[in-house]
Amino acid sequence: MTDSMNLAFITSEIFLLVAICVIMIVDLYQRDKERMLTFALTQITLLVLFIIDFNQLSQERVIAFSGHWVNDHLSGILKLSIYAISFIALFYARPFISHRNLMRGEYYMLTLFSILGMMVMVSANSFLTVYLGLELLSLSLYALVALQRDSKLASESAVKYFVMGGLASGFLLYGISLIYGASGSLIITEVANHYQETPFGLIGKFGLVFIVIGLAFKFGAVPFHMWLPDIYHGSPSSITAFIASVPKVAAFGMTVRLLVEAFGQSVSEWSTMLLIVALLSVAFGNVIAVSQSNLKRLLAYSAIAHIGYFLLGIVPGTAASYSAAMYYIIVYALMTLAGFGIVIFMSSENHEYQKITDLRGLGRYHPWYGLMFSIVMVSLAGIPPFIGFWPKLEIFRHLVINGYVLEAVIAIAFSVVGLFYYLKVIKEMFFAESADSPAITSSRSLKIAVSVNCILLVIFGLMPDNIYQYCLQAFQIAG
Amino acid sequence: MIGLSDYLLLSAILFAISVAGIIINRKNVITLLMCIELMLLAVNTNFIAFAHFLDDIAGQVFVFFILTVAAAEAAIGLAIIVVLFRNRATIDVEQLNQLKG
Repeated sequence: MTDSMNLAFITSEIFLLVAICVIMIVDLYQRDKERMLTFALTQITLLVLFIIDFNQLSQERVIAFSGHWVNDHLSGILKLSIYAISFIALFYARPFISHRNLMRGEYYMLTLFSILGMMVMVSANSFLTVYLGLELLSLSLYALVALQRDSKLASESAVKYFVMGGLASGFLLYGISLIYGASGSLIITEVANHYQETPFGLIGKFGLVFIVIGLAFKFGAVPFHMWLPDIYHGSPSSITAFIASVPKVAAFGMTVRLLVEAFGQSVSEWSTMLLIVALLSVAFGNVIAVSQSNLKRLLAYSAIAHIGYFLLGIVPGTAASYSAAMYYIIVYALMTLAGFGIVIFMSSENHEYQKITDLRGLGRYHPWYGLMFSIVMVSLAGIPPFIGFWPKLEIFRHLVINGYVLEAVIAIAFSVVGLFYYLKVIKEMFFAESADSPAITSSRSLKIAVSVNCILLVIFGLMPDNIYQYCLQAFQIAG
Repeated sequence: MIGLSDYLLLSAILFAISVAGIIINRKNVITLLMCIELMLLAVNTNFIAFAHFLDDIAGQVFVFFILTVAAAEAAIGLAIIVVLFRNRATIDVEQLNQLKG
C-alpha cells in the first residue's frame, strides 16, 4: 500500500469540501434575498460531483488510507444516486423555503455537509470512518430540522430527532466497541478475515446485536420506529423530503459495509434478527398508515413499511439479493421524494396542505397534477408497470429462491393492505365530492420539477433495467 | 489486578444507566443530553479497556474522535434546546406532545 495516502481517491470529497467553503464565503456577501447565487453554486457543485464520480465509475476496488477508505463500484453508484436525488430535492426546497423565512445560506450549507457525510459513509472501510460520516450526516440533519426557529412543531421534532439519533449512535458505537474488542481491529476487511477463521464468541455476538439495533434505529424500523413519524410530521416539508430520501440511500451503504462486508461469512448470525425487524416493520407500517389522515404522517408510516421490504432484501444474504435491496432503496428514495414533493407543491405561502382531504377535487380541476400524484401513489403501492413494482418483485423473488416462502407471502399480504391507503389518496383526489379545488399557487419551477420527477418514475417503470443493471454491477454480478 | 471483564462490566452498567435514563426520564431535556453523553463515555471505557488489553493503539485513537464528536453533538443539542425553550418557555419532556398520531 505504497500509495495509500493518495489524495486522488478522495477527489470528489475534497472538491465538495472546498466548494462548501467557497459557497459559504460567497453567501456571506450576498444581498439578494432569494439567494439565487448560492442556490446556483450548490446545484453546479452537485452536477460537477456527478460528472467527477461518473468518470471514475469503472475503476476497480481500491483500498486507501491504511485501509480506512474504499472506492468501489458500490460506493460510486450510491454517490451518484445521492447527488441526483439531492439535486431534485433542492429544486423542491427553493420555493418552499423562500415563503417560510428559511431562505438562508445555512440551508444549502447544511445540505451539502450532510451530503459530504453520506459520501464518507458509503466509502468507509473502517468502523471509524463509518462513525465519522454518520455523525457528520446526523449533526447536519439535526440542525436542518431545527432551522425553522419560530415553529413549535419543528423545534419539538428537532429535539426528538436529536435524542433518538444520539441513542442510535450510542447503540451503534457500543456494538462497534465490542466488535473491536472481539476481533482486534477497526478495519472492516480485517474484521471479516478474523471471523472467517474464528467463530463468533459471546462478545462478538453482543456487538453484532448492538450494531443491528443501531442500524434499525437509524432506519426507523419497528420496534425502533417511534421517532420517525414525529420527525417527518414536524419538520418543514422540504427538509422532510430530503431526510426521507437521500440518507436512506447512504444508510444502505452503511448497512452493506457494517453487516455484509464485515460479517458476510456469518450471514446466519444476523439474518434472523433482520428478518424479524423487517416483517414487523412491514406489518406495523402498513397497518398504522391506514388510519392516518395527515399526508406527511401517512408517508412516514409508508416509509417504515418500505424499510421493512428493503430489509427483507438483505435477509437472504446473497449478492443478488443485496443488489435487489439496493435497487429498492434507490427507487424508494425517488418515489418518496416525489411523495413529499406533493406536500410541498400543495403548500401555499401561508397554508400548508397536509390533510389528505385537502387534496379533494384536485383530480377534477387540475387533472394533470392529479395524474402526477396518482402516479406517485401507485408507484409507492407497487402496481405494475410503475417503478415501485419491479424492485419489490426482485426482492420477493430472492426471498422465495432462498427458501423464505412464508415470509414472502406475509410481506405480499401486507403490501395489499398498503394498497388501501395509497388508493385512498387517489380516491380523495378524483372521486370525492367537492365544490372547489385547492388552489395551486406554486411557482413554475416547482411545477416542472414535480412533473419531471413523476415522469421519471413512469419512464424508469417502463424501462426497469436501467438502474438495476448498475445495482447488479455494484455487487459484481454480470447483468 | 483489575481485569478486562471488570472494565466491560463497568461500561455495561454505565450504558444501561444511560439507556434507562433516556427511557424513564420524564422531566428535563437536559437530562436526556447528559444520558447521551454518559452513553458515549461507556463506549469510551470499552474502547480504552480493549485497546489496553489488546495492546492496540487504534481503540484509543477512536476515543479521541468520539470525544470530539461528542463535543459537537453537545453544542448542537444545547442549541436545539435553546430553540425549544424560546418557542415553548419550557424544556419539560412531558410537554413535548404536540406531534402525535
